[in-house]
Amino acid sequence: MSVLVFIDHADGHVKKSSLEALTYGAKVAAQLGTSAEGLLLGTVTEDLAALGKYGVTKIHQAANEALNNLDTQVYAAAIAEAVTASGATVIIFSHTPTGKAVAARVSAKLKAGLVTGACALPDTSNGFVVKKGVFSGKAFANVSINTAVKIISLNPNSYMTVAGEGTAAVAPLAISAGAAKVKVTAVNKVSGDVPLTEADIVVSGGRGLKGPENWGILLDLAKVLGAATACSRPVGDAHWRPHHEHVGQTGVQVAPNLYIAVGISGAIQHLAGVNRSKIIVVINKDPEAPFFKAADYGIVGDAFEVLPKLTEAIKKMKASA
Amino acid sequence: MKILVCVSKTPDTTSKVAFTDGNTKFDEAGVQWIINPYDEWYSLVRAIELKEKDASVVIHMVTVGGADTEPIIRKALALGGDEAIRVNSDSTDSYYIAAQIAEIAKQGGYDLIFTGKETLDYNGSSIGGMVAELTDAPYISLATKFDLEGTTATVTREIEGGEEVAEVALPAVVSCQKGMAEQRIPNMRGIMAARTKPLKVTEPVAADALTAIVNFELPPAKAGVKLVDAENVEELVRLLHEEAKAI
Ligand SMILES: Cc1cc2nc3c(=O)[nH]c(=O)nc-3n(C[C@H](O)[C@H](O)[C@H](O)COP(=O)(O)OP(=O)(O)OC[C@H]3O[C@@H](n4cnc5c(N)ncnc54)[C@H](O)[C@@H]3O)c2cc1C
Repeated sequence: MSVLVFIDHADGHVKKSSLEALTYGAKVAAQLGTSAEGLLLGTVTEDLAALGKYGVTKIHQAANEALNNLDTQVYAAAIAEAVTASGATVIIFSHTPTGKAVAARVSAKLKAGLVTGACALPDTSNGFVVKKGVFSGKAFANVSINTAVKIISLNPNSYMTVAGEGTAAVAPLAISAGAAKVKVTAVNKVSGDVPLTEADIVVSGGRGLKGPENWGILLDLAKVLGAATACSRPVGDAHWRPHHEHVGQTGVQVAPNLYIAVGISGAIQHLAGVNRSKIIVVINKDPEAPFFKAADYGIVGDAFEVLPKLTEAIKKMKASA
Repeated sequence: MKILVCVSKTPDTTSKVAFTDGNTKFDEAGVQWIINPYDEWYSLVRAIELKEKDASVVIHMVTVGGADTEPIIRKALALGGDEAIRVNSDSTDSYYIAAQIAEIAKQGGYDLIFTGKETLDYNGSSIGGMVAELTDAPYISLATKFDLEGTTATVTREIEGGEEVAEVALPAVVSCQKGMAEQRIPNMRGIMAARTKPLKVTEPVAADALTAIVNFELPPAKAGVKLVDAENVEELVRLLHEEAKAI
């Protein structure tokens, strides 16, 4: 019995969401009176032993360069072998593009119950019950997993990374997985930007900004905050911003520490994608905008006047801090 | 070329979410049902576009659900597609549902299976991956673009912080999201045609449910917004820094 955490990586580095998953996995293991181990498919440039500080005792690594590209069939086969080798009874993924694709496959392969988008530690007092967001953030469900092996995919930003002391043993893992059927031919990364789902702070603009030429003031604010940028659906639909920035029920769901909404009315479909944010700030010239009901802080005012001032004030605060 | 499009019903996006029976059941009173937007706007419409380019393409839809899903299926058929299959069963367990779809997939010998990236109610995003595993097919998730050249698909998919282009030989399973196609409204001719398109009902095969919903919870209500004067943005910065510790 142990907990196995799938470690995702890109460009030679372990992803932040995986550090959260490691911390979470170590906590689940402690709760079950067992140990947590990590599994990394592919190669990274950083020192894996150092991941021990997140509470895992051992990292299994299949250091095969071909595994740096995702083929869910190959991954699922490799993970199934690692589960057998480590005797894991709980497998943790991050609920990220890779994690979502692979966790489902592993669940079907092992016939192991899966809860996706978990937002809290499992309740193991009576069975194994995991809390997850449902109805696009409008509610939570407590879901019991009724199989011997259990799989959880953890929502990014819902469990804080805790680094302590410790190093992990790194053990090479030989896998017999076949050749990939999915061939990656190009990777286009929006360089320099903070990925939306990993961001601590998100600054988001709506139709109230009137046109793409006005986004400069929003980008300036995002820059001083080190924030990712997002937008409402009509803004994405009108191609004022790239469609992957569209948040909401039919777009990306985010849960940052801070979500700043500028010129967004707060339609129910928009809120569904952002209401898991810890703190919401709304800047809107209409005091009746529904978004204020979902906000923690608000300014009733014209974005074109408020944003530049806000950016300056934050710069000042940062300079004096 | 045979395409299987997985569709499910979901509450309208403006529905009030409430629960009954000691918070164990979704309160369906007054709820309008729609086709899950990811299934409709992206996977189904993209399949229809492929058929418009190549008339030999056959589109079947599959849904796992009770008789109450039929109006939704008729609406999907009004957009296009040749026939629909309803597996007569209600379940909220992804594995059970995937096992039903995999069975239909195996019997029908499809070249391509489309799912939406997730449903708006249970947000599982797992049916595609499970069906792929159960049918031993490659799986590409979160597709924003899909093109076909003979039996090779070129798919653009979302990855963290960008996108990736991948090639795969069919058969394959693909989950679809925004970018794949544009929303369409069914026209009168489509609606008339849908009335006579076959809607087959089959009984489920034996499969295990691996999970069960214990109960639901609503998020705690917000304490209420603290408004700051537009002339005093420094106060907002102070609150975010000192009180919320968010910057
Ligand atoms: C099935 C379905 C799914 C949907 N999914 C999504 C989704 O995923 N995400 C999403 O965002 N929407 C979604 N929508 C659309 C949603 O219903 C709203 O129409 C949309 O969110 C509105 O976008 P907005 O707030 O940018 O624009 P508007 O509603 O037009 O609001 C603009 C706001 O800007 C304010 N404003 C104007 N000028 C200024 C100024 N100078 N300074 C400050 N404020 C100003 C106005 O007071 C107003 O509140 C969906 C709709 C449907 C039917």
